[in-house]
Amino acid sequence: MPEAQIKMNVREAGEKASIIDIEGELTAFAEVVLMDAYNQASDGRARAIILNFEELEYMNSSGIGLLVTLLIRINREKQQLLTYGLSEHYRSIFQITRLDDAIAIHDSEEEAVRAANSA
Amino acid sequence: MTEQTPQNDTREKQKREPRDAAYWARYAETLKVADVAEGATNINVEGRRAVGPLQGFGKMWQKTYRVGLEGAEVTPAEVIKTWKENYQDFWPEGNRFYAPVAGIAPGEVALISGSLPGGVKLSTGVMVLYADDESFSLMTPEGHPFSGWITFSSFEDEGTTVAQAQVLMRANDPLYEMGLRMGGHKMEDEMWRKTLENLAAHFGVNEPVETNAVCVDPRLQWSQYRNVWHNAGIRSAIYSITAPLRWRRKGSSP
Repeated sequence: MPEAQIKMNVREAGEKASIIDIEGELTAFAEVVLMDAYNQASDGRARAIILNFEELEYMNSSGIGLLVTLLIRINREKQQLLTYGLSEHYRSIFQITRLDDAIAIHDSEEEAVRAANSA
Repeated sequence: MTEQTPQNDTREKQKREPRDAAYWARYAETLKVADVAEGATNINVEGRRAVGPLQGFGKMWQKTYRVGLEGAEVTPAEVIKTWKENYQDFWPEGNRFYAPVAGIAPGEVALISGSLPGGVKLSTGVMVLYADDESFSLMTPEGHPFSGWITFSSFEDEGTTVAQAQVLMRANDPLYEMGLRMGGHKMEDEMWRKTLENLAAHFGVNEPVETNAVCVDPRLQWSQYRNVWHNAGIRSAIYSITAPLRWRRKGSSP
């Protein structure tokens, strides 16, 4: 299997939230990296997970599938999933795939963190 | 002169056309069928919304069907090119895929006639959500038995080219969920197993198809029970039953 061309960095944002910075290509091969990052982000008190897509370079339909399975896992843990940094193009993909029905999209990190910590 | 700040850098990057832009369908509120091929029925696709795995009713499943093309001198891109061009030919008998005139390309809509458990005829369709050189995905419309998408891909695994179909879906409404539990899953598994066998045979390969099914979410989404209104099985049955009335009306009209 080809190697995942992606890096993820996890950091805390306030008392209740963790941010996962996504850099590179979100494809089927990113599954292990994404789930590791989620486990790290959930370790502790995080009630909200924020995905930062500012450095996303490429995403295919398997990448969108990964986000769906991540969302289900987050819902099961009674956490909340938020995003920011989506370009117009990726916002449109969230719209086509109807992910925007279930995942909150914010314009900036400040806005996403505020929403996560006020919930 | 524009000052180079991290925020400006991010905005600049976001403005640039992403590498995947040409591979995705463009957003449209509802589906439009460009051309209805002879023998196809467009009663459950035109004007419907495309739906993903989050909008369905039943349990969420991820099913993966995979075959290794052992010994075949073929690249993943060649497999996908062949799959796109001959999609209908690899389907088992009894189901028909009316390929769009433009072929399997982002945003194109194809009509399908198939059958449900119990022999009920079904007219539905799919939209090409994504298509690149090594994969393509089809997304279902409201009323289709499944709410979700199926991704066909090919990749190298330890020197062997692998062909894979992966479904991520929920049954669209309570009736379909019941149908899936009463033989529907088996029918679906058989369909994709046979499809991959046919694809492998095209490359002269006779290898078993591996199947892996994972229940991603065992909960039913009762908030989506109204999806039954668009049920393509019921609508196709009504359309068939009322065919004589339409013929009579057509015959008596000037």
